[in-house]
Amino acid sequence: MTIVYEKSRGLTDTPLHYCPGCTHGVIHKLVAESMVELGILGDAIGVAPVGCSVLAYNYFNCDMQEAAHGRAPAVATGIKRTLPDKFVFTYQGDGDLASIGTAEVVHAAHRGEKISTIFVNNAIYGMTGGQMAPTTLIGQKTTTSPLGRTVEHSGRPIKISEMIATIDGAKFVERVSVDTPANIRKAKKAIKKAFKCQLEGKGFALVEVLSACPTNWGFTPVKALDWLRDNMIPYYPLGNFRDFEEGK
Amino acid sequence: MSKVLMKGNEAVGAAAIEAGCKFFFGYPITPSSEIPEYMSKALPEAGGVFLQAESEIAAINMVYGAAGAGARAMTASSSPGISLKQEGITYAAGAELPCVIVNMMRGGPGLGSIQPSQSDYFQSTRGGGNGDYRTLCYAPASVQEIVDYVMLAFDKADYYRNPVLICADGMIGQMMEAVEFKEPAHIDLPPKDWTTIGTAEKRKPNIINSLYLEAEVLQDHNRDIDKKYKLMEENEVLYEAYGLEDADVVLVSFGTTSRIVKTAMKQAEKKGIKTGIIRPITIWPFPYDVFKNIGNKAKGVLTVEMNLGQMIDDVKIGVSGKLPVYFNGTQGGVVPTPASILEDIEKIAGGTK
Repeated sequence: MTIVYEKSRGLTDTPLHYCPGCTHGVIHKLVAESMVELGILGDAIGVAPVGCSVLAYNYFNCDMQEAAHGRAPAVATGIKRTLPDKFVFTYQGDGDLASIGTAEVVHAAHRGEKISTIFVNNAIYGMTGGQMAPTTLIGQKTTTSPLGRTVEHSGRPIKISEMIATIDGAKFVERVSVDTPANIRKAKKAIKKAFKCQLEGKGFALVEVLSACPTNWGFTPVKALDWLRDNMIPYYPLGNFRDFEEGK
Repeated sequence: MSKVLMKGNEAVGAAAIEAGCKFFFGYPITPSSEIPEYMSKALPEAGGVFLQAESEIAAINMVYGAAGAGARAMTASSSPGISLKQEGITYAAGAELPCVIVNMMRGGPGLGSIQPSQSDYFQSTRGGGNGDYRTLCYAPASVQEIVDYVMLAFDKADYYRNPVLICADGMIGQMMEAVEFKEPAHIDLPPKDWTTIGTAEKRKPNIINSLYLEAEVLQDHNRDIDKKYKLMEENEVLYEAYGLEDADVVLVSFGTTSRIVKTAMKQAEKKGIKTGIIRPITIWPFPYDVFKNIGNKAKGVLTVEMNLGQMIDDVKIGVSGKLPVYFNGTQGGVVPTPASILEDIEKIAGGTK
């Protein structure tokens, strides 16, 4: 009998705490598989955020540090400067990276810090119960924008990939989605390339992953993926913004 | 090694490098900017890394990452900058990460002034950040003590796996004195088998973390780290004290202020008033026990601080109601004069204060 599929050894056996239909689990899998396939699992030090993926340190089968809210890129900087030959990544949500931690991610990119950042954008604060995020869409109802987000009151949703791509030290920036098997395959390709960007010493790399939050969006898992496709992708276009291999 | 003339802030850097510090993450602020300036040149020459962070918050979190990766790492700042670092300090305490944080205190609250102050005593000795934790706090009174206690701080941080603070003030940071770099007494340090340096897929992952979602588990963690604090209280108290047995007036003061107090004590002696002094070198843990050595002649205890009266709370605990405790304070960056202290000594000795 041959094994055709098994759980990546890049993940521990700890059961994930994520809600049914949440796509964090898929993204964890892609990160874990990418580390294993690139042969860097034993060299990896990950930095977990504050938010839904706060417990990521229990799930990745590599050394992990838990950072204060938004500070993961600063913590990762301290690790990478100490261990320049190791592989260092951060895994952060939209509250963590796009709100309280904007200074840290912008300056890590600006320094060309040789770290890889996985940025999970689900347009809402999940762990705290569905409050408005900087990435919440116009009109989207949350527990702190009960009538729907307006431009007048809160501004437009922040486009992190486009912003980071303006920074010279960022050598790989791509926005992907995990709403379909085809997009999941593309997401993995981008994550692997972001990791290679670090391994080849090019500079900072960020992959923004559009992710579903059925619980706080108030949809079934399937409907949540439809909502992501119909509402998030038009505002947050998928694609590459910077690629060290193509001189982009 | 022969003596060299050094500015206090430069001595911080030189002592840290001597103690094996290889990573400095910082942000400029008066009156401690000479520390990152010194480190930006000297640390790369010593095979280390200096990095100017985008903020005080980023700097302390870089220290967190480096400490978790097994490095001897530090940051330095002055009062408003140290306030910003409190988040990182409590996380480091919770995650049990060794690191050294230097505070060249200046006047506050808020942006305050750039002159010397001791008004971060509460912040330093009571935690500063959220949660139940303690940090060893050395309060040097000379550039030589900066050298001695910065060097010791790295060993103590590693020994206890806990942040250690150096609580000096702008005056000590800016003054120049002759210093000698002496090898500190050897301390057997525990192996750093908890660091995140990559598993090489040969061991289970190490996790640096301060989150414990179950109340009982966090309580156990709180009680475990409290054992370290109890050990520090038992073994790490440092102070200078003399003249307590036959003193008419006992003075209590730390850091820069204690030097001015000693001048006033000499002037009091010429007037026939006997004084003694307790100078805490560790402001946490505080030398409560030494107050038992105050003799029966004493009429009162005078606490001299550059703040509105913060250490005086600890002095009152030490005195335990046996004597009146008086306060002489300057604020905002104003340095006390020997004359004002002498005046208070005379009043206490003469029973008019």
